[in-house]
Amino acid sequence: MALFSAKHLTMIFGGLMAVDDFSLELKGGDLIGLIGPNGAGKTTAFNMIAGNLKPTQGKIFFQEEEITGLKPNAITRRGIARTFQNIRLFQDLPVIENVMISYHGRLHSSFVGAVLRTPLYNREEKEMRNGAMVLLQRVRLADFANERAGALSYGQQRRLEIARALATNPKLLLLDEPAAGMNPNETQELMDFILKIKEDFKLTVLLIEHDMRVVMGICRWIKVLDYGATIAEGTPKEIQSNPQVIAAYLGEAGGKGIA
Amino acid sequence: MHTTRDQILTGLSIIGLFAFLYWAEGNATEYQIRLLNNCAIFITLAVSYNLINGICGQFSLEPNAFVAIGAYTSALLTMSPVEKQVSFIIEPLIWPLSVISVPFWFSLLAAGLVTGLLAFLMGFPVFRVRGDYLAIVTLGFGEVVRVVANNLQNITNGPLGLRGLVPHTNLWWSFGFMIFTLFFIWRLAKSSFGRAMKAIREDEVAAEAMGIRCFRYKMMAFTVSGFFEGIAGGLLAHLITTISPVLFTFFLTFNLLIIIVVGGLGSTTGSVISSVLFVWGSEALRAVEEPFSIGPVNVPGIPGMRMVIFAIILVMVMIFARQGIMGRGEFSWQRLIHLLKKAGNCLRSGRWPFSLLNI
Repeated sequence: MALFSAKHLTMIFGGLMAVDDFSLELKGGDLIGLIGPNGAGKTTAFNMIAGNLKPTQGKIFFQEEEITGLKPNAITRRGIARTFQNIRLFQDLPVIENVMISYHGRLHSSFVGAVLRTPLYNREEKEMRNGAMVLLQRVRLADFANERAGALSYGQQRRLEIARALATNPKLLLLDEPAAGMNPNETQELMDFILKIKEDFKLTVLLIEHDMRVVMGICRWIKVLDYGATIAEGTPKEIQSNPQVIAAYLGEAGGKGIA
Repeated sequence: MHTTRDQILTGLSIIGLFAFLYWAEGNATEYQIRLLNNCAIFITLAVSYNLINGICGQFSLEPNAFVAIGAYTSALLTMSPVEKQVSFIIEPLIWPLSVISVPFWFSLLAAGLVTGLLAFLMGFPVFRVRGDYLAIVTLGFGEVVRVVANNLQNITNGPLGLRGLVPHTNLWWSFGFMIFTLFFIWRLAKSSFGRAMKAIREDEVAAEAMGIRCFRYKMMAFTVSGFFEGIAGGLLAHLITTISPVLFTFFLTFNLLIIIVVGGLGSTTGSVISSVLFVWGSEALRAVEEPFSIGPVNVPGIPGMRMVIFAIILVMVMIFARQGIMGRGEFSWQRLIHLLKKAGNCLRSGRWPFSLLNI
């Protein structure tokens, strides 16, 4: 049984068909890439999966339960975490609190307990702090734990976003253009990092990315969108030589090969 | 780091405050005591208003409604049946309110619970919108409450208002409740729940995506804020002993807004400092509303001139110091000690005290 499946998702904004009949199945441990030119509907597909948009048509299942139309927070608590294409950190809060917030959904204390600082609350607070610190060490941000998140460099902010998503204890991680704005070294590092956390946290990863080296380098399977429609899917090798994909990226008469 | 030291210092300050109140009760004039009470009530109001506006980041404009509801609830519960019969001359007060008379503490609790419940119910429609729309909807709610109070003759006595309340509110009530509010909201803001509220302020979409139930925490902030504002309303009613709808116009909200913005949106201690400045400033600025003369020119007193000055201060803050007094930071003993040390060094080395400004 698939961990996650999206069946015939369609999203229509007014007269615009943003995503048309999008279907996807993920098995536990998969690493799948979603590519396509700008405006192809990749992020819209993500937003439907994460609950930010309610699909016009179609159904989404996660761990054999239907999650279509649930609120984003409910979907996150079921085990789907995401990062954002345009970084959305809690800029004014310290780095460590950015990560601790992701633990809040699993807190057992009531808010009265939190005000009274009951032993249960104190223990949970400590666990949150320790857990967040471990994650920060993983993304090499432990030294910046008490800095404002907004003061971090671009690459660090990207890593913090991933740490924050990991702190929600996900089974499926949605990464929206994690390599955007990174230099080749950072990109290489990121690829290794994604593979490593995928193993360590037993994750399934769905990735949107424009950097073909990343997609071709780490994804097992790639799905290509153009104007909302799925125009191709296959292994990186197959995609690289698919004439339709090349046409979508470079135009009909376009060049020879991408990547 | 210095938790124990800070706790001791905080404890000592509270003891110091109460020692001062004890002294003030016997030695200060009635006017000064009135000001102190006002201070405590404004601090309570500002700190609880700051929870929803500054910490949770939901720009709302309803505290005048909450204060009004709290004030009326508590006043109607403590007035004696005889007093009620005398006051309600146009239409008699409805039963059972007409016969009830309960102790002051109970009326305050009831004021808090009624206002909290109302805030909770109101939260459902109100938090369907956000940003400017939220401000407009809550502003409308404030007006609705005032207009209802003006017209619900058989409960609120309409524009005549309620008179002859027993002045139950003394320094102990107002400051005791202020300390309780400060304790509660400070602890809440510093807890995981406060963090969730701050996350909503910073980026609601991201907070949702991290598993925070945004709607629930907005409701929580709103209800808690309503509860404390309601009780503060009850204290206010029994301080001034006469309440009528004109007390609870948008100006009350506007004043509180000035306080929390000047103090620094999101900073509890900023709200405290700014409330004290505001209450003191309102009194000090009475001079500008009185007739005065510069040489041969006589300037007649202009009522409402204080509001003009406050508005100018608000504009200045928005232009030059958008962060307010404290920004989003909080007062900490560490910072104060650091500052004092620096001041000491400056004095010893004989440098200008202005260098203090680059902390």
